[in-house]
Amino acid sequence: MNSLVAIAYVPDTESKIRIAADGKSIDESDVKWIVSPYDEYALEEALKTKETKGSGTVTVVSVGPERAKTGLRECLARGADDAVWVDSGDAKNLDALGIAKALAAVAKGATFDFFWFGQKGVGPDESLVGPMTAELLGLPHVANVMHLEIGEGKVTASREIEGAHEIVECALPAILTAQKGLNEPRYASLKGIMGAKKKPIAEKKLAELGIPEADPAAAKTRWRKLELPAPRQAVRLIPADDPAAAAKELVRLLREEAKVL
Amino acid sequence: MKFLVFIEQRDGKIRKASLEALSLARRLAGGPVAAVLPGKGVAALAKDLGKFGAGVVYVADRDDLALYSSQGYVGALDAAAAKESPDAVLIAATAMGKDVAPRFAARHDSGVLADLMDLRVDGGRLVGSRPVYSGKARAEVDCGASTVQIATTRPNVFPAEVLEGGEPRVETLEIAAVVPRAHVLRIETSEAKEIDVSEADVIVSGGRGIKGPENWPMVRDLQEALGAALGASRAVVDAGWIDHQHQVGQTGKVVSPTLYVAVGISGAIQHLAGMGTSKVIVALNKDPEAPIFQVATYGIVGDIFQTVPELAKAVRAAKAE
Ligand SMILES: Cc1cc2nc3c(=O)[nH]c(=O)nc-3n(C[C@H](O)[C@H](O)[C@H](O)COP(=O)(O)OP(=O)(O)OC[C@H]3O[C@@H](n4cnc5c(N)ncnc54)[C@H](O)[C@@H]3O)c2cc1C
Ligand SMILES: Nc1ncnc2c1ncn2[C@@H]1O[C@H](COP(=O)(O)O)[C@@H](O)[C@H]1O
Repeated sequence: MNSLVAIAYVPDTESKIRIAADGKSIDESDVKWIVSPYDEYALEEALKTKETKGSGTVTVVSVGPERAKTGLRECLARGADDAVWVDSGDAKNLDALGIAKALAAVAKGATFDFFWFGQKGVGPDESLVGPMTAELLGLPHVANVMHLEIGEGKVTASREIEGAHEIVECALPAILTAQKGLNEPRYASLKGIMGAKKKPIAEKKLAELGIPEADPAAAKTRWRKLELPAPRQAVRLIPADDPAAAAKELVRLLREEAKVL
Repeated sequence: MKFLVFIEQRDGKIRKASLEALSLARRLAGGPVAAVLPGKGVAALAKDLGKFGAGVVYVADRDDLALYSSQGYVGALDAAAAKESPDAVLIAATAMGKDVAPRFAARHDSGVLADLMDLRVDGGRLVGSRPVYSGKARAEVDCGASTVQIATTRPNVFPAEVLEGGEPRVETLEIAAVVPRAHVLRIETSEAKEIDVSEADVIVSGGRGIKGPENWPMVRDLQEALGAALGASRAVVDAGWIDHQHQVGQTGKVVSPTLYVAVGISGAIQHLAGMGTSKVIVALNKDPEAPIFQVATYGIVGDIFQTVPELAKAVRAAKAE
């Protein structure tokens, strides 16, 4: 069974965030980039499927500037067979629909059973690209998948909702988005890292895919402003020598000062 | 500006988060707005939406909508949008809302302002605000060149105000039968029915400081005293002490309760990403250097095995007054 996996290459969550001079984006110097954690679950599931079925390919796809290739190489090192890099060129802040259109354009030229995404791309945390791509391709999707069983021409997926799990049956080919808990992503082996150097990365230019959103004026969502959050007030510490008295004082503050009890 | 609000219900009960979105739409519109209510046996619920701001409710009450399918539910929203031609569509950012919004948006060649903490109208355009990069920055966003302006609102952030409202006009949507290619077979409730952290107004969360799962009863006691939902750090979820449903943070749920009590949680950036926007944060931790104290409103530096039982006692005493 063939899988495509969409890979977002994002700032490490430990990175210090500074606002760029334009006041609308982050300053990218000193940022360490990583494969978005949920995309690791997505890739792992695609690799597992290929292994259990004994055949098929896993193709990773990323839309972004040159550095996206580094993310794709990491995925090739973990076991993906080949990669497609959509060079976003000047389109620095491509919006979710623009990314979905680029990914849909790549998928249209491929034969696949699964197109995996992360449940969200960490950073912007929008959870939009997967279902948008599904709609553009006219395919069904299941988001937030935590468990998957593959049947004949269909899958049964368990997805997390508020206080429960929904068991969803979905026809193939399908778009699935991975939630933490789906699996334990593997690390790249030394052999994998060496082998990845020889695996192909096909290149496409965003500008050639005819996606209007590549022009910021045609973007369907925009960041108008990016700010650091207002610092929270300094903590009020309550002495704990006498736990009972401390507890009483805390309850008093919660009632009288914060008014939340 | 014309608003259409997607209303979610489960088991015949309308989601509070949807009422919050409806109430917000009414405030922004300065008058009654339209709502769409898909499901099975839901027609009777439509009337109740009037007092939260609905002037008209488009009802899709059908057997094939008994359980969620994106085809069925997005189809209902689409049918209502065709009748109403809204400028803006608001949807609560619940599991269902997050499923519906991007598909509906892509169908209309539009974007989504996702999971907003704030929303206003400026010259006929929605302007939203949302935390990004683990809450380390805040982005102000708008719908650019979208034709329909679509926004999802974070549960528990916007008030659901009850107004003296008349009964809404109820219109039945005529939609074709759907045979969805993805549909819910059943819903499994993993544990005893509990308030989910994403919908709770008060949350008590436990971290590695509780030492082991045998100490949940101590945390649960405080949780019950406060009428709170139970949250957890990733460390204790990964250790198998509790189900992932409870996890708060980057790879768990993002919550914005009025009161968040962190019990034995260090406050790693990935945990803060999930709860940093809580209104009041209480930190109970023995390490004064723990980063949780940097975001906390109140803190007790001490052993939780002493402070937590006392706090539960004090809360009960205060509530009994
Ligand atoms: C990609 C990624 C995603 C992540 N996502 C999440 C996420 O979604 N949610 C999340 O929570 N974490 C997440 N993490 C993990 C995060 O980095 C931390 O490891 C985790 O939050 C730590 O959990 P903790 O605070 O319970 O444990 P610890 O960091 O071990 O903290 C335990 C605390 O308890 C205190 N303590 C111990 N004993 C007592 C006592 N008797 N009395 C009082 N205090 C006591 C200690 O002082 C300490 O501060 C993620 C990490 C990565 C890399
Ligand atoms: N630039 C990108 N290139 C490839 N895939 C992406 C990109 N951005 C987002 N995705 C995919 O879409 C998922 C959801 O991202 P988001 O909608 O931004 O939360 C990610 O986990 C990726 O699988």
